[in-house]
Amino acid sequence: MRNVSFFTLLFTLFFSFSYGQNDDLLSLLGDDETTDYTNASFKTNRVINLHSLESTAGGVLDFKIGHRFGTLNGGFYELFGLDNANIRIGFDYGLSDVITIGVGRGSFEKTYDGFIKYKFLRQSTGKRKMPFTAALLLTSAVQTLKWANPERENYFSSRMYYTSQLIIGRKFSESFSLQLSPTMVHRNLIKTNAEKNDVYALGAAGRIKLSKRLALNAEYIYLLPDQVADNITNSLSIGFDIETGGHVFQLHFTNSTSMIEKGFITETTNSWDNGGIHFGFNVSRVFTVKRKKLE
Amino acid sequence: MKYSIYILILLLSHVTMVSGQKYFTKTGHVSFYSDTPLEKIEAQNKSSNCVLDLATGKLEFAVLIKGFQFEKALMQEHFNENYLESNKFPKATFKGQIDNYTKIDVTKNGKSTVKVSGDLTLHGVTKKLNTDAVVEIKAGKIDADATFNILVADYNISIPSLVKDQIAKSVKVKVDATLEVLK
Repeated sequence: MRNVSFFTLLFTLFFSFSYGQNDDLLSLLGDDETTDYTNASFKTNRVINLHSLESTAGGVLDFKIGHRFGTLNGGFYELFGLDNANIRIGFDYGLSDVITIGVGRGSFEKTYDGFIKYKFLRQSTGKRKMPFTAALLLTSAVQTLKWANPERENYFSSRMYYTSQLIIGRKFSESFSLQLSPTMVHRNLIKTNAEKNDVYALGAAGRIKLSKRLALNAEYIYLLPDQVADNITNSLSIGFDIETGGHVFQLHFTNSTSMIEKGFITETTNSWDNGGIHFGFNVSRVFTVKRKKLE
Repeated sequence: MKYSIYILILLLSHVTMVSGQKYFTKTGHVSFYSDTPLEKIEAQNKSSNCVLDLATGKLEFAVLIKGFQFEKALMQEHFNENYLESNKFPKATFKGQIDNYTKIDVTKNGKSTVKVSGDLTLHGVTKKLNTDAVVEIKAGKIDADATFNILVADYNISIPSLVKDQIAKSVKVKVDATLEVLK
């Protein structure tokens, strides 16, 4: 019995000695697990035309100018599309870090648009683990062209379009992010009975970061068959994001003319096959309207 | 009887071990300031870890880079993404010691200035750091304040020429921590 106690004592003393000698003081505090939210999956809240999984940060105003020139197959006569241009001017505002609202006006079919986007899951590691980010996007648009047949009875509701979109994406690594965007576009008025009011589509978009300030983006939107007129094609866009401090410049090639969902998803008529490609750019400039409080 | 003596010694050995005069905090404040005519940048982290061993004067600090809060969200994103690369280098640490730690007497309230020296590791680069710190004893707690400057270029943090006038070459760092007895 005595021996056992003696060894226990010796062991304890030795143990406390080695404990006291511990080199790494901070390890005494133990490991605090914190939740590490993934950020900067995309440079801005648009991939090219599609909304990216990013939101505008709370209290930040994002002023956006989008530009799409004519198509490259216009040839030298049209200076490869530079003679024509469609423009959209928009403002996005982050009500919080997860809720963004925005308005815009595009020259394509003289359309006003608005959206609300709610990021309800954030990719994270650590204490709270979440493999992907998910957001819900709701948009509406009003087309304000003069009525094609003013003599017949026209309704304002015929000008309205609505889009519901789920955005699910993941930043797989520092340089690679991918997202899927299942979408439904509702059109109040359609030209023929052969078309559908509700159009279902699946968008996919990815980013490869080439350097700290340069990224390559691509997006493709697949329209499910037999919903739209025969001359409508799927939208495909490829472009670069260039970040310079407060600006993000997005330069791209796309076969879509419109920059809002109802347009580039359900009204794209040009095709990459015959050079129906627009050169275009988005410029995004952010302004911090409400600064976060530091004490 | 003998058995209980053993237990007593055993317990005592633990008591001396626990009261090994180690102090800690998990809510130390670390903030930094970059001041240029074009832009004032300030960021704050309120959850840095610190342990001080008064028996040896050894001092260690650890700060999570992602824990720095900025007034502007875009600055915070660029800070993590482009400058400090927090995915690659998640933590900044300081490992060093208080050179004249015997000046600190926790039994008496009062202020004293001490010298701190050691290695600061930031963005994967380790550099020597020497600074003065003011230590104030208040009711058995140690309140420590230090202010020092670090050169951005020393830590291999590259600033693109486009924004080089907005970001100071020398950044002021302020540390403010209240340490309690580590039990």
